[in-house]
Amino acid sequence: MPGSRTVNSHARSTAPLDERSRELRRVIVRMVQAAGRGHLASAFSVVEILRVLYDDVLRYDPKNPRWPLRDRCLLSKGHGCLGLYPILAEKGFFDPAELWKFSKRDGILGGHPEYGKVPGVEASTGSLGHGLSIGIGFALSARHDRTGARVFVVIGDGESDEGSVWEAAMCASKHCLGNLIALTDYNKQQSYGSTSEVLDLEPLADKWRSFGFAVTEVDGHDVAALRAAIPAAPDPAGRPTMVICHTVKGRGVDFVERDLMWHHKNKISEDEVRALLAGLDTP
Amino acid sequence: MRAACLQMVYELAKKDPRVFFIGSDLGTGTLDAFKREMPERFFMEGVSEANLIGLAAGLALDGKIPYVNTIATFLTRRCFEQIVLDACLHNVNVRLLGIGGGLAYAPLGPTHLAVEDMAILRAIPNMTIVAPADADEMRRLMPLTLEHQGPIYVRIAKGNDPIVSRTDVPFAIGRALPMRAGSDALIVTTGITLKNGLDAAASLESSGIRAGVLHVPTLKPLDRDAILDAIAPVRAVVTVEEHTICGGLGTAVAELLAEAAFAPSKRFRRLGIPDVFPDEYGSQASLMERYSITAAAVVAAVTQLAH
Repeated sequence: MPGSRTVNSHARSTAPLDERSRELRRVIVRMVQAAGRGHLASAFSVVEILRVLYDDVLRYDPKNPRWPLRDRCLLSKGHGCLGLYPILAEKGFFDPAELWKFSKRDGILGGHPEYGKVPGVEASTGSLGHGLSIGIGFALSARHDRTGARVFVVIGDGESDEGSVWEAAMCASKHCLGNLIALTDYNKQQSYGSTSEVLDLEPLADKWRSFGFAVTEVDGHDVAALRAAIPAAPDPAGRPTMVICHTVKGRGVDFVERDLMWHHKNKISEDEVRALLAGLDTP
Repeated sequence: MRAACLQMVYELAKKDPRVFFIGSDLGTGTLDAFKREMPERFFMEGVSEANLIGLAAGLALDGKIPYVNTIATFLTRRCFEQIVLDACLHNVNVRLLGIGGGLAYAPLGPTHLAVEDMAILRAIPNMTIVAPADADEMRRLMPLTLEHQGPIYVRIAKGNDPIVSRTDVPFAIGRALPMRAGSDALIVTTGITLKNGLDAAASLESSGIRAGVLHVPTLKPLDRDAILDAIAPVRAVVTVEEHTICGGLGTAVAELLAEAAFAPSKRFRRLGIPDVFPDEYGSQASLMERYSITAAAVVAAVTQLAH
């Protein structure tokens, strides 16, 4: 199958992590340390995708997060929010001191991102399979109002088990939403096991093509490749875009990559924190 | 009532550019004029309720007012989580127009009977639930949905309903409407059961029982003060709804009644669909007869409680 062949060629990311990528992960580790819990591996998977979106792609104004002409970005796999919060803080959407109150009673940053609490978060996500449909609403609204805004929706591979994702896929394609760009964080692991065992998505690229999307595949930890893969302008043929980002769950620390128990971790010990930080010393 | 509702959506859309219409797979020709005149705000998106609600929430987060229309069962049960999270958690102005609320689709069987729609929606914070009594009340409701803040579910009951609502009782979302005064008993209604309540009260009067009728088109937020004020002077209270007795009007009134701790205590009964899946086809009227959602059943209940 063509889809499988392409996947295999991207199965392992070879891109080294630069200092910025490793520092973003260190912040995530310190947030998990402060909270004692978090979806650490899911966040490590999505760091480069979000970094490239916020560094290089999205149009936004952190001092005016509701700026009508802004591009919209939805982290539909809301459990990856530890990957998002440090970037939003760094960009100035909120006080970085909030990071250390992750999941705390007096904090704004929960285990899933909430609209109305976290400046820069466009919709509350956490339950899977919601973001793409909400993104379609944003994209239709932007088209209606001729704002030129684009909509980016980051979905998970486990999330793609949800039927609502494919309802949304048909709808986006029907409406020729060239201003909608979806990105799949395809780390091939879900909570119980590998996606191929739990509910196989392959051939994933062919699926999205058959649903009418312009599909590209990229190493989801290769910053330069991501920059090149995310389209700079709406698809001229009016197709919505799917960027399949081949990632590694827990990318950045060897023992997290190897152990599914890190999908969501409670009671993280100080020894584990030291090991995580040490693991991030090497690119 | 359905025709009046959709006609109002069309008229609201003509005057307010924020109004969008989103259907699933409605009957051919539905809102053709809307589609012809305002195609950029008319959407028919297929049998994909989860996507419809998410899409509508996205539009509403961006300041639009989407009216989502399909059969009440599918609009409430199939996409319940999207209603809870996308519409209600965000507290956005999505309007859900549920066709065939109650027993209207009796011949089609239990898959199409929306008899717990209000119960499940009542459990969601930020939700507003309105069940008009007839087409005229629907016409009074719909313009108010433009400025109301937060999601609204509008229960559309069977068409060709007799008109029993009145212009001299001002309609407002969130307000219970006193339709008839009576010092012996109170009949509380929602949706089309207003007619059963009024018929029963007229019949009771001839046998010397003065029963008031309080119509509660807005099940949520409940007009607690008006309901308690109406209950205070009477001995017997009967609720009647085209809905399961688990979680709807009867439950809501019972909750108020229990916590109010009236002395002397009131006698109370709920009329509605018992905790079963209806096991007959026939018609809306025949199912209402089977489950004692009739004026005669109200008369019997009030008579028994009032004496």
